[in-house]
Amino acid sequence: MAAAEEMTARSAQQGTPTVVVDNLHITYRVMGPKPAGARTDSTSALRRVLTRQNAPGMREIKAIRGVTFVANHGDAIGLIGRNGSGKSTLLRAVAGLLPPVDGVVYTNSQPSLLGVNAALINSLSGAQNIMLGGLAMGMTPSEVREKYASIVDFAGIGEFIDLPMTAYSSGMSARLRFAIAASVSHEVLLIDEALATGDAEFRRKSETRIRELRDEAGTVFLVSHGLGVIRETCNRAIWLDKGLIAMDGDVDTVLDAYEELVER
Amino acid sequence: MTIGDIERSPAAELAAQAGLTPIGRRPSLFAYIASIWERRYFLAAFARSRLTADNSESRLGQLWQVLNPLLNAGVYYLIFAVVLKTTSSIDNYVPFLITGVFIFGFTQRVIVTGSKAITGNIGLVRALHFPRAVLPLATVWEELLKTGTSLAVLSVIVLAYREPLTWNWLQLPVVIFLQLLFSAGVALAFARLTASISDVAQFLPFAMRIWMYLSGVMYSISAFISRHDGQEWVVVLLQINPAAVYIQLARGSVMKSAPAAVTDWYLGIAWAVVAFVIGFVFFWRAESSYGRG
Repeated sequence: MAAAEEMTARSAQQGTPTVVVDNLHITYRVMGPKPAGARTDSTSALRRVLTRQNAPGMREIKAIRGVTFVANHGDAIGLIGRNGSGKSTLLRAVAGLLPPVDGVVYTNSQPSLLGVNAALINSLSGAQNIMLGGLAMGMTPSEVREKYASIVDFAGIGEFIDLPMTAYSSGMSARLRFAIAASVSHEVLLIDEALATGDAEFRRKSETRIRELRDEAGTVFLVSHGLGVIRETCNRAIWLDKGLIAMDGDVDTVLDAYEELVER
Repeated sequence: MTIGDIERSPAAELAAQAGLTPIGRRPSLFAYIASIWERRYFLAAFARSRLTADNSESRLGQLWQVLNPLLNAGVYYLIFAVVLKTTSSIDNYVPFLITGVFIFGFTQRVIVTGSKAITGNIGLVRALHFPRAVLPLATVWEELLKTGTSLAVLSVIVLAYREPLTWNWLQLPVVIFLQLLFSAGVALAFARLTASISDVAQFLPFAMRIWMYLSGVMYSISAFISRHDGQEWVVVLLQINPAAVYIQLARGSVMKSAPAAVTDWYLGIAWAVVAFVIGFVFFWRAESSYGRG
């Protein structure tokens, strides 16, 4: 593994490693439409169960196909690549939320994923969701109560806070989720497209907050389609293509190469 | 990947030098229990909020917790007591039936809702990091919170049918606790099974229905001994099944005419401990696989 040695050598020059991703493979299994001519009768279904074969139409999507890199203390790494290149999957795997089929992710602490997808219970009010989300992240009830006002203020959803989240617009619920997730600081912080939500004012607020979190955190990963945001906030970029690293290095070098390809 | 492979990989060596640990590995059983204890506030809040969410979804809200078993009991009364007239050997059939329906219904709800705890909250599992056993345990806790009103209604009905209020009634919370422990163990096991094989959720209601008919909810198992001459083991099997044991213990607590035997208590305790330990360990062993797409 020449690539890994090269990487080891480079990290020796820089700060201490905080995240090591070693030959990571992530596969999704989904049920799709059955291919034409596949046997769908119940006897063949039973036979598949007994022989532990996958059903026809069960597709394996190899989202990450062998990714290796080292992130160091002080790194802010932008993940770029086209839709479906595995950026969000890689982030979720580093957070330990998607079990790998092969490979290992090593970290110094539990990384936190700051996404807009943090699922809350939509039939509950925003206020209840703040409590629930905070507790799920490991806060105590009194810690959540302490931060409650600032979360509500940050989300900026006013009197809607006492209404069930089903009554929220998609932008409002995204803002609330972001506000809950951003209320704690983390050693390793993973941010997934969080900057893309909300209106201009909220975007400005969240960018400021992310910068604060970045300063508090040791290492930050950022997934975004906005290359400007990555250039501004990151010092390093990893370009993913079809589940493999196409390029890894200084943010300007990688982004220039990526832009050149996209424009062509 | 074997341990040898990990040692050979330079990235792994680097990680080891920097003191990094693999993420998403199953914690030890004790560490796991400790981490669940740390999230106890989340567990309780999650149960409470699901309760309020459920109640706000229908107009009668929490009343359905009581109406549902009562309507079920009404159906069984109509079929078994009025139409088929099979209940003449049972003293005071209404309290007998109501106790059976409430107690079995509790176990059934804990297992069925608990089995969907991972699959039904997959978004939460993929978004946040916490010990996954919190989810099935929260649904168990939720069912316990719900069962308070049902128990009050059960007591009123049983007393209305002139069962005396005795010291034995104090056993009822103990029975509920043992039953809860047993049901939680089964729910944990099925939560893991449902998470890996989604077809299990389809099959579970039928299994629960067969179990109910075999557990003497609406008839007396001991009355069948005469019908199985030379095959008493059939009756014994029915009597040691956990649902029958807990129903028998509950009836023994609130009804004068159906005292529970000491062996029922031993069985009740044994089922509770064995099911919970096995279910919990079984669930924990797959901890790192929950949420796989």
